[in-house]
Amino acid sequence: MTGFTFTIDGVEVAAKDGQTIMEAADAAGIYIPRLCDHEGLRHQGSCRVCTVKAGGRSVAACTQPAQAGQAVENETPHITKLRRDLVEMLFHEGNHLCPICEASGNCELQAMAYRLDMTQPTKFPYLDPCRALDASHPDIALDTNRCITCGRCIRASQEIDGKGVFGYVGRGINRRVAVNGADLSDTDAEVTDFAISKEVCPVGCIIRKGEGFSIPIGEREFDKSLIGHKIEGKKRD
Amino acid sequence: MTEPRLIEISPLTRVEGHGKVTIHLDAEGQVDEARLHIVEFRGFERFIRGRLLWEVPVIVQRLCGICPVSHHLAAAKAMDMICGVDQLPPTAEKMRRLMHYGQVMQSHVLHFFHLAAPDLLFGFGAPAEKRNIFEVLKDQPELGRRAIMMRKFGQDIIEATAGKKIHGTGAIPGGINKNLSIETRDALLAQLTDMETWAQDALALARNYTLDNAEMVRGFAAFPSHYLSLVRGGDGALDLYDGNLRALSADGDMIFDQLDTRRYHEALVEDVRSWSYMKFPFFKALGPEEGWYRVGPLARMNTASFIDTPQADAARTELMETNHGLPQHAVLANHWARMIEVLHCIEKIRDLLHDPDLQGTDLRGTGERRQEGIGVLEAPRGNLIHHYQVDENDQVTYCNLIVSTTHNNEGLNRAVRDVAEKHISGQSQITEGMLNHVEVAIRAYDPCLSCATHALGQMPLQVELFDAAGALLDRKAN
Repeated sequence: MTGFTFTIDGVEVAAKDGQTIMEAADAAGIYIPRLCDHEGLRHQGSCRVCTVKAGGRSVAACTQPAQAGQAVENETPHITKLRRDLVEMLFHEGNHLCPICEASGNCELQAMAYRLDMTQPTKFPYLDPCRALDASHPDIALDTNRCITCGRCIRASQEIDGKGVFGYVGRGINRRVAVNGADLSDTDAEVTDFAISKEVCPVGCIIRKGEGFSIPIGEREFDKSLIGHKIEGKKRD
Repeated sequence: MTEPRLIEISPLTRVEGHGKVTIHLDAEGQVDEARLHIVEFRGFERFIRGRLLWEVPVIVQRLCGICPVSHHLAAAKAMDMICGVDQLPPTAEKMRRLMHYGQVMQSHVLHFFHLAAPDLLFGFGAPAEKRNIFEVLKDQPELGRRAIMMRKFGQDIIEATAGKKIHGTGAIPGGINKNLSIETRDALLAQLTDMETWAQDALALARNYTLDNAEMVRGFAAFPSHYLSLVRGGDGALDLYDGNLRALSADGDMIFDQLDTRRYHEALVEDVRSWSYMKFPFFKALGPEEGWYRVGPLARMNTASFIDTPQADAARTELMETNHGLPQHAVLANHWARMIEVLHCIEKIRDLLHDPDLQGTDLRGTGERRQEGIGVLEAPRGNLIHHYQVDENDQVTYCNLIVSTTHNNEGLNRAVRDVAEKHISGQSQITEGMLNHVEVAIRAYDPCLSCATHALGQMPLQVELFDAAGALLDRKAN
């Protein structure tokens, strides 16, 4: 495999053939914000929070292959504003009540809002969905009021667990994540599935019953560090 | 005077939540009816339905910004029962108690210094612009500084146990989510000597006020009533966190004693009246007319057999001697009782901080699931009951909350009427000082109207004057 270099915000980055912009950036310790992407899962490019400018075009860094000599813009004021608008729309589309959500402090959506300086989601009208909690499974519950339709659970269940517990239904603005059954108890989901694990759902939609608020404030992932800190903490080659 | 009138005091000030008072005067200017109205509705009991049991202690504490710890812990106790945990691990029980004593202390200090002190220091009829905490700070800067630092200490304890000063997450069904680090413990211990001294001084201030103004205190909105609180199982000592229910008659006789809190609904009934969002509880055995009662710091002094910390117990003994050991009914004596409890909390906090169980690592118990849970404790303002039912999917299907201010509803209304009759009956002009007398009586109960009605917001007071035909003649708002 041959390598080449390109730049992200003027910093030279080494890449290998076939790597996406995000993969090369991660390896170089440069964080590109993302919500639908997760290490180990197929790239989907649907949330668009990883939008960067490459060759003058807006592209999803998680799916766009890096190109030799290309100048990529990542954290410019314009792109940060676009990302903030996207994240704000996610808050307006669902019911994201951080003060009473057990994912608070570990939630990637909340952490992304902090990283992007989204101080108050007031720009767009609230859609105020009213979706019933599915608590039919003895160990798992699903509160889709908090779902951002990133599809990480769908890919995790299909690709890692080999099950297909989750899938998309509907089209356009009505597109939703649903379970492949009448409810969760009607699926073969298990609390030990990778799809159900803490790291897959970026928000508080997939709930492992009994966990609740067992992690104290101060010890949650984003209590002390911004989202992306793990990547930014990597040493560059 | 030829026309009946209606006076409305709205908004009520220096209390928590929104409320108003209406006073109906007859054609002779005599008080015909006086009521405290709670004008907003909150609905927590309804919208908690459907949520998972593990979320409940964090959701319902949003009822209040002053004493969220009370709701957090009462809900957690109910969920302990649902999770089948009848005995918490010692670390969990003691961390929760530490949290509770911290919050009772900070809430009482807030009430006494920030809300009530302007009335006590400057007089009920002092100019309105004088009756606020900033004037207290200007007039007695050291007292004001202590008030702020004592409240901060209580808040620091809440943060150390719940993770945040307001709306933390420490108590979880079956236990607690953290222990206390040695560093945090030592930082709190370093402040204890000051806190104890200042609590003793605050107690002396409240005691001396009550004794120096004994005649006024005896006559101001003072009337006999029954009393209700938790007491410790077995010996009947004051216990703010856990115990059984004790009801005492106005004469000091037991109405019931050591009643298991799971049977509260066998002894208490809630009455509904058309003009208020706040219910009127009463003892079932005595009926709505005779069965109303009061809760709170003074009620606890009356019901408890003794206090298990020496300084607070000595202070309680002195308070009870003012009425020869019989129940003390003077509503303004609540301030004295409140400061006794602040000292009690400091004594308890000191004992707990020296207890190595706080550094234990067994934080959560387990047990066999139940469908129903009842959590009862003594909140700063009095007895607090949380009652839930949960289905097989772990979702709440039923919730009933009886908060301290609701228990005190009848007493509050009688206090309003008593003061109105003494200070407003026969008056043609309403003065600001008269209105404040009504507010002082309400304030002595330290009501939290947002908790009581589950209604959102602040609590401002307004008085309106109506004629016999119901026409509004005059309105005064603070």
